[in-house]
Amino acid sequence: MQQLIYFFRKFKYFLLFVLLEIVAFIFTIQHHSYHKSKFINSANSITGGIYNSANSVQEFFQLKKDNRLLIEEITTLKNSINTVNINKTRDSFKLYNSDKFRQKYQYTFAKVINNNFTNRNNTLTINKGLNQGVTSDLGVINSNGIIGVTNSTSKNYTTVLSILNNSSKINARLKNSNHFGTLTWDGEDYNILQLIDIPRQAQIKNGDTIITGGKSAIFPEGINIGIVNSFKFENNQYKTINIELFNDMSNLGYVQIVKNLERTEQLTLEKESANE
Amino acid sequence: MNNSILKNSFRFILLVIVQVLVLNNLNLFGFLNPMIYIIWVFLFPIRKSKSLFLILSFLLGLTIDFFSNSGGINAGATLFIAYIRLPILQAVLKKSDFDYLLFNLRAISFGKAFTFISILTFIHHFIIFSLEYFSFNSYSSIIYNTLLTSICTIIISILSIILFTNKK
Repeated sequence: MQQLIYFFRKFKYFLLFVLLEIVAFIFTIQHHSYHKSKFINSANSITGGIYNSANSVQEFFQLKKDNRLLIEEITTLKNSINTVNINKTRDSFKLYNSDKFRQKYQYTFAKVINNNFTNRNNTLTINKGLNQGVTSDLGVINSNGIIGVTNSTSKNYTTVLSILNNSSKINARLKNSNHFGTLTWDGEDYNILQLIDIPRQAQIKNGDTIITGGKSAIFPEGINIGIVNSFKFENNQYKTINIELFNDMSNLGYVQIVKNLERTEQLTLEKESANE
Repeated sequence: MNNSILKNSFRFILLVIVQVLVLNNLNLFGFLNPMIYIIWVFLFPIRKSKSLFLILSFLLGLTIDFFSNSGGINAGATLFIAYIRLPILQAVLKKSDFDYLLFNLRAISFGKAFTFISILTFIHHFIIFSLEYFSFNSYSSIIYNTLLTSICTIIISILSIILFTNKK
């Protein structure tokens, strides 16, 4: 017993060091597994608040660009309204039944108050949280394309797992065919992502558009991602397909959060059929 | 006594704010973000309690982690350089001219201070990038990022130490 106390006294700094280092290591491991970074994140009120007030200054300098984005989006939306009207005059609305008008996706807007894109694993912080109905596993997009998936939430803030992250795997497909693959990031260039697991039957050319595939229960189908920048075809297989994003991930202002209202239904069904 | 506590707490808060709001968004040449918050570890008085120093260094790293959503990466690395600070200092300075009580980083020669800061910065950055990439396959990215970011951090740390501390 005496010797034990002596031992602890002699090595108390070393023991303290090892203890704290283990704590840090546990946090790091949790951080590398998606959905477990519950404790260390910037979604709490102190860090969120500081980012929010710092951002209100930066926001002022972005007004010009934000206005232009808004007017572009309004123009696209107006164009789509016109197409709907044309359909009505052709009496095609008779074909619709009430099932078709059920709302599947609900959109909420939020502002990015912290954004990084230079690390290996990047995250964003946005200024909406549980109070505004934002939960984890919702898609985050803007008018140019996808941005990420929500991760941890607090009352007023949410962290978003950026597509520029090692754990981010998003279902994507070619616009002109139904061959789908997974979108990942190798950590090199924040404008270039990699599409993997594309079957070799797919016909790919440089400049082809890549959109989200409807396989996941997070993103709606058909949201723009980017265009094929370059690819390698070796041994009758696609090796790496580099996708250049439409979005400038270094410059994000307002974003939209997509909530799939039928997600639980879809997941329960998929789980049930997997068990059978 | 009180002066020293105030000074170190003020330095702690200031370095965290500068790191989080300015330097994490610097993106020099597109990807370099110097981590100058470790200046706090270089400047903390040696005569103070060692366990307090270890705990505070851990908290400093953890605060940065909270802001940058990086798990325990910064906490682990900062704690490590805090633990090896004294042995490195003893190795850089010869034991004979090491005044334990009245140590001041500005009082020792520039070459020795430079070696001390560089060694700690390299070790710190190497741990950070290893934990962040977390795979042996990306060793080239880890070394590349460590070298470039360290050079950047060392230059900025030395300049700010010269500018913002007084020589006594």
